[in-house]
Amino acid sequence: MNKKIQVKNLNFYYGNFHALKNINLDIEENKVTALIGPSGCGKSTFLRTINRMNDLIEGTRHDGEVIYEGKDIYAPDVDVVELRRKIGMVFQKPNPFPKSIYENVVFGPKRHGIKNKSKLDEIVEKSLKAAALWDEVKDRLNSSAWSLSGGQQQRLCIARALAMEPDVLLMDEPTSALDPIATLRIEELIEDLKKKYTIIIVTHSMQQAGRISDNTAFFLMGELVEYDSTKKLFTNPRDKRTEDYITGRFG
Amino acid sequence: MTNLQKRKLQDKIFHILVLSATLFGLVVLVILLKEILNDGLKWINIDFFRNFASRFPRKSGIKAPLFGSLWIIGLTALFAFPIGVGSALYLEEYLPKNWLTNLIQVNISNLAGVPSIVFGILGLGIFVNTLGFGRSILSGALTLALLILPVIIVSAQEAIKSVPKELKQGAYALGCTKWQMITGVLLPYAMPGILTGTILAIARALGETAPLLMVGAVTFIAYTPEGIFDSFTTLPMQIYNWTSRPKVDFHHIAAAAIIVLLILLLGINSLAIYLRNRYQSRMSR
Repeated sequence: MNKKIQVKNLNFYYGNFHALKNINLDIEENKVTALIGPSGCGKSTFLRTINRMNDLIEGTRHDGEVIYEGKDIYAPDVDVVELRRKIGMVFQKPNPFPKSIYENVVFGPKRHGIKNKSKLDEIVEKSLKAAALWDEVKDRLNSSAWSLSGGQQQRLCIARALAMEPDVLLMDEPTSALDPIATLRIEELIEDLKKKYTIIIVTHSMQQAGRISDNTAFFLMGELVEYDSTKKLFTNPRDKRTEDYITGRFG
Repeated sequence: MTNLQKRKLQDKIFHILVLSATLFGLVVLVILLKEILNDGLKWINIDFFRNFASRFPRKSGIKAPLFGSLWIIGLTALFAFPIGVGSALYLEEYLPKNWLTNLIQVNISNLAGVPSIVFGILGLGIFVNTLGFGRSILSGALTLALLILPVIIVSAQEAIKSVPKELKQGAYALGCTKWQMITGVLLPYAMPGILTGTILAIARALGETAPLLMVGAVTFIAYTPEGIFDSFTTLPMQIYNWTSRPKVDFHHIAAAAIIVLLILLLGINSLAIYLRNRYQSRMSR
């Protein structure tokens, strides 16, 4: 197995609140890793340490390491702008910008210096195709992204992230605001995307984790309780707490 | 009376109360407008715009105050808009929130309520005397800019606060710098609100008299300003001057000048609505 990201002794604090307690885990390349656990268990916080989105919150601190490309992403010489270019993110609620579909997709590339119109056109087509949205919107690329349905908006957000040609894709409950059919489409898409990308997904639905992920990490009250292949974790959990959670005894 | 009838009666009484509250303002406004139009409308002609003030009402015009007002307003907007929006951005996006920030915030809101004459005294002290700009358009515009800055800052802050957190995070997650997030997502989203607040503040400045009295707007000028160091007068100043004269005809041309000022204000407010709609439709097209 090829380790894409290695997390070593990671602790994370919001002020005095100890949100992540000594996390150790390796993320495999070109696999889907699911993070599960009840609300407030730290899974979203963990996800957001990987692209340093937590930096935006005042009063947070961490210790330990997150090794990506052989280097701690919190090292002082790491450029967070460059890091986020390589580690893309899709949010819980679809958050397209109040701009056209086209402008949403090229938002990132344009701001990283790509000006050539035909190159941008190419990026738009490629990204929308990769996000399985091209056929639905190719005739109205200039209409507002806000005119799309929720599921389409979320795929647009995935396309927007893919347009940066990232290496890793972080997804924070990407289907929790969508209906079952839109959810299914996103799940199929994730299945497809893992050939090219390493995906880490936070999900509230254990069925979803079971369907789409290769590995699953179970978090509880800031601790990583168990991390294993999805199959093993769901059929033969080592820890009693994992078993209780996946069988629906709490959470 | 049954309970039901009683409640229905309550409903009716309240309806009448809120209706009369609205009518009160409306009726007064209509009477005022009617009086002004009656007095002033027949005095408005080409010459009224071409002539300078004169001691004969018939020969008097508003060329100088109209130009003065336009100069002042243009320059005020030029100063107040970038400084106001810049301060709002700094307060909302850069400055960490703590007790000092709160103190600054409270003070800005307080400044919005300070009487305009106080700003006039400040302008006289700083711009006219200390900086030596004299009794000029520049001093007047800077003073008015100070006067409306708190209003612009507070309304721009509100507009910036209304930008959804998700959109800002979305931009950051794409590897945008703060500058790119602000110009690419935050400002386009907040612009309708910022513009509305700014233009309403500028409309207020257009009607101000007291601070300009302090920094030395003159009321009798027989030339149009050529530059920012020229002396000036404005429409409200001219109106004030004419209404305080004993001759009745001067009151009539004051009414005519009020009509022009009202049309100017109407124009500015329409511009605010137009700009807001344009930005909004650009977002949701």
